[in-house]
Amino acid sequence: MPRSSSPSGSPAPSAVGMPLLSRRDMLKMVGVTAGAVTLPELLAACGSKKSGGGGTASKTVTIGSNASDAAPKAAYQQVFAKAKASTGLDLQVNTVDHNTFQQQINSYLQGTPQDVFFWFAGYRMQFFAAKGLATSISDVWDKIGSSYTPALKAASTGQDGKQYFVPFYYYPWAVFYRKSVFAKHGYQPAKTWDDYLALLKQQKKDGYVPLAMADDGGWPVQGTFDYLNMRINGYQFHVDLMAGKQAWTDPKVMDVFNHWAQILPYHDLQGGLARKWEEAAITLKNKKTAMFLLGSFVAQQFSGADLADLDFFAFPQINAQFAQDSVEAPIDGFMVSRKPKNLAGAKTLLEYMASPEAIATYLKSDPTNIAANTQADTSNYNALQKKSLELIGSAQHISQFMDRDSRPDFVSTVMIPSLQSFIKNPTPSATSSLLSSIEKQKQAIFVG
Amino acid sequence: MAATDVDVFAPSTAPAAIVTGRRRRLRPQRAVLHAFLIATCLIWLAPLAWTVYTSLRPYQYTADHGYFSVGGHYGFDNFTAAWNQADLIKYYGNTLLVTVPSVLLTLMLASFVAFAVARFSWKFNIALLMVFTAGNLLPQQVIITPLYRLFLMIPLPTWMNATGTLYDSYWGIIAIHVAFQTGFCTFVLSNYMRTIPHELTEAALVDGASVWRQFWRIIMPLTRPALAALATLEFIFIYNDFFWAVVLMQSQDKRPITSALLSLQGIYFTNDNLIAAGALLAALPTLVVYFTLQRQFVRGLTLGATKG
Amino acid sequence: MAMLEKAAPAGGTPTRRRGRSLRSLTRRDRLVLALMVGVPSALHLAFVWVPALGSIALSFSRWEGIGGFSSIQWIKTLNYKQIFTIYPPFWPAVRHNLEWMGFLFLATGVGLFLAVQLDKRLRGSRIYQSVIFMPVMLSFAIVGFIWHLVYSYDFGLINNLFHTHVDWLGDSRINLWSALVAASWRHVGYIMIIYLAGLKAVDASLREAAAIDGANEWQTFTRVVFPALKPINVVVLVITVIEALRAFDLVYVINKGTNGLELISALVVSNIVGEASRIGYGSALAVILLVVSLVFIIPYLVAYFRANFGARGAR
Repeated sequence: MPRSSSPSGSPAPSAVGMPLLSRRDMLKMVGVTAGAVTLPELLAACGSKKSGGGGTASKTVTIGSNASDAAPKAAYQQVFAKAKASTGLDLQVNTVDHNTFQQQINSYLQGTPQDVFFWFAGYRMQFFAAKGLATSISDVWDKIGSSYTPALKAASTGQDGKQYFVPFYYYPWAVFYRKSVFAKHGYQPAKTWDDYLALLKQQKKDGYVPLAMADDGGWPVQGTFDYLNMRINGYQFHVDLMAGKQAWTDPKVMDVFNHWAQILPYHDLQGGLARKWEEAAITLKNKKTAMFLLGSFVAQQFSGADLADLDFFAFPQINAQFAQDSVEAPIDGFMVSRKPKNLAGAKTLLEYMASPEAIATYLKSDPTNIAANTQADTSNYNALQKKSLELIGSAQHISQFMDRDSRPDFVSTVMIPSLQSFIKNPTPSATSSLLSSIEKQKQAIFVG
Repeated sequence: MAATDVDVFAPSTAPAAIVTGRRRRLRPQRAVLHAFLIATCLIWLAPLAWTVYTSLRPYQYTADHGYFSVGGHYGFDNFTAAWNQADLIKYYGNTLLVTVPSVLLTLMLASFVAFAVARFSWKFNIALLMVFTAGNLLPQQVIITPLYRLFLMIPLPTWMNATGTLYDSYWGIIAIHVAFQTGFCTFVLSNYMRTIPHELTEAALVDGASVWRQFWRIIMPLTRPALAALATLEFIFIYNDFFWAVVLMQSQDKRPITSALLSLQGIYFTNDNLIAAGALLAALPTLVVYFTLQRQFVRGLTLGATKG
Repeated sequence: MAMLEKAAPAGGTPTRRRGRSLRSLTRRDRLVLALMVGVPSALHLAFVWVPALGSIALSFSRWEGIGGFSSIQWIKTLNYKQIFTIYPPFWPAVRHNLEWMGFLFLATGVGLFLAVQLDKRLRGSRIYQSVIFMPVMLSFAIVGFIWHLVYSYDFGLINNLFHTHVDWLGDSRINLWSALVAASWRHVGYIMIIYLAGLKAVDASLREAAAIDGANEWQTFTRVVFPALKPINVVVLVITVIEALRAFDLVYVINKGTNGLELISALVVSNIVGEASRIGYGSALAVILLVVSLVFIIPYLVAYFRANFGARGAR
């Protein structure tokens, strides 16, 4: 689970090393589950490998995973093997396709979920915890709390002050580029907005498409909005806006869109709304585009010399008051479902997953993320990981990404289509009526 | 006389007089007509032909030379790849598991109701028929939310379904198919049964036959053509269902093939050639039914539409 | 769905005997009948009509679908008000459904035209029919796949054949029409077969009489054949309208019903299926769809049943 995905479904990254798709696929690409259940139910003998079948109750812990892509899946397999050895628990993992998992989380958690399930930090976690669909694990945090920064603990805490989430890894969003391209033309990473605009102009003159664009699934462009908002109006305003406490008709929000309209022409707009991030990453690799604002999972599309050539810089400063104090770094981790069959076992498992060893095992196979655990061994980090660590470490505020910081129904039914219509028509008058429409819908949703 | 069904493939009833009387002048007109129809058919076949063409070519070649090219290797590699990688046999199995019971149950239940409605007169006869008929015409989205919640609430013993509820179970999908399609089949069968002469059942009654016996021994055998036609039709309808399975079946690997296609496309069918092969493989059963049972299918569609 | 065309007898219904009265049956027989009717009806009511009523009830509520019925908040008509005033995709979806209907009517016309042509004594008519009818066998998901290969921006048939650079499926100004062409590919064959059946049942003597009176083809068709097809026309009308309202699979397979392909049915699904459901809101949309559908279904059913069944039961 290398990157956030929107509730309405985001494309599965193609597995590392698979021949790449240079076509544009209009149909939603949803990966396939390689679930533990392979026989049609009716033919299976009693007890499938799903929730809690087989094994003595106290020794079995079931896990619901959304790590359906090849690299993360293999990485988790290693981790769980070690977890089994270390805790003595029998772990049964059921892997569901990444997007389907999110889409069905509602009915999944209310039905018969596994004891432990993969999820995301932030409001997206608090929402379900507040509905009573997760078990609080504050006692686990009493043991593992020292391994995490206060920011991470805050992101793992529910609205009632108890913890519900154990972080595993996170990854920053930044502006990625190829070092060779920058070296060739003497480009410098932009520190301020003016630098950024100048850079974009220059790149366009030199024949590149300055910024790659992909919005298949509707979520990638949220990163651009989030950064612009945090840079212009500060982290607190952004968080409040996401929580429905600020008005979208506030001139501060208009300011965000005005800035966005300035850089929009430099994006790969042709077909951009339907392009998948994997395809856009290819254009970065092929040196057709010069930069790409995305999460560090973009590195999954690069290998060998290309990977060594990949670098990033933090989104430029716009407002000196806020400089670059915030970073968008979604956190992925684990939660316990509301009525686990083996609560003690689940907690033991989570304690293991919070150990430095667990995350080290994972990162060996999937090095596009960095450990949430402050005590994890970072000596093996590659250049990108080290830089990510620095970036996150130096930030004063960490945001989770729009679709994890705000209400899922608001993001999927209002924000995704609204941002798309902005991109199609970024004129000020269209934008201002768009914002009042968003505000009205927000008020309808954030009720009570 | 039993309800006549019109064979659409029979020669036209357009009177020969029109044709013969103008035969000489008609020839160029006929030629134009044929040309038009041939052109139409070519256009009609184009998408499918393109799909077949794409599926026969390897990805590497088409990626290098474009899809609209001639040459390179032609073969069934994409099909074997799609079949093996996506483990299609599992999905076909799921489809059979859902389709066959659904068709059988639907026809059975529909013939029950059709029999009662067609052969006996009682108070709510027509009202019931109207309810069944209207139920089949509703868009599926109208009932999906409560249906979804209903499925989550109805408990099933775990040996029937791992999740313990009707949701995400074969039983649930079969149930909704049956409930939904019964309306249509009841309507058709009742029309059909209505045309069976009452003398046949009167005779049986005089002999003391029970209602069930009448149904099973007399009416059902006579309804066989309609049942065959409907079975073909229903098989296709249920095979092609997309919506119910997508919403009410959570587990990807239990889904029938039509609804599984979209998700299979993500990892296994990663290029257009494989997609083409996968789509053709998924469409294959319906095409086979079409070519072998075309008359039945059409008869099912037009059954009783016209009465001679 | 296909049942509609059965409802149109061309050429009048012969009267049939009334069914047997129930009174003359034994108790056991009555029980058997009751079960034969009761079980299927219960299933049908439980899984179709109860949910339909449930949709109506839920449309007045606000509910995220989590927690039992106790967590439902009743908000009267607020959902409807919001849908009609502040929900951006709603009116475009209504427009798209209407455009869908209009286009399908055109397709229906094409189907009728083809049926008339194929109704003539033509050699190879059977082959032509089979080809044009074949897409009806395919599910909309497959149709979506096939037409994606045709419409694909980089590798599609159209863009490569005609060297165009049109974003057929991604451009919200034209993708509805692209989808409609794909839907019509299927619809035309369906209508064609229905009309073919109807045409074959048109009394041959009517046409002969017209020929004798010297009417040409066009006149024969418009003055004699088409009016005789009236019951079929009604059926086809209702089918076309219902198909337009039920359209869902194709747009869902293309882009989940967004960005130019909004339809009311797709809006229902996007509000209900997913991470956080807006059950009440989605139900209100579903009820709108239900009402519009019933506006067409009910008069049709009433007319049909009245025509064929007269007063209750008698035929």
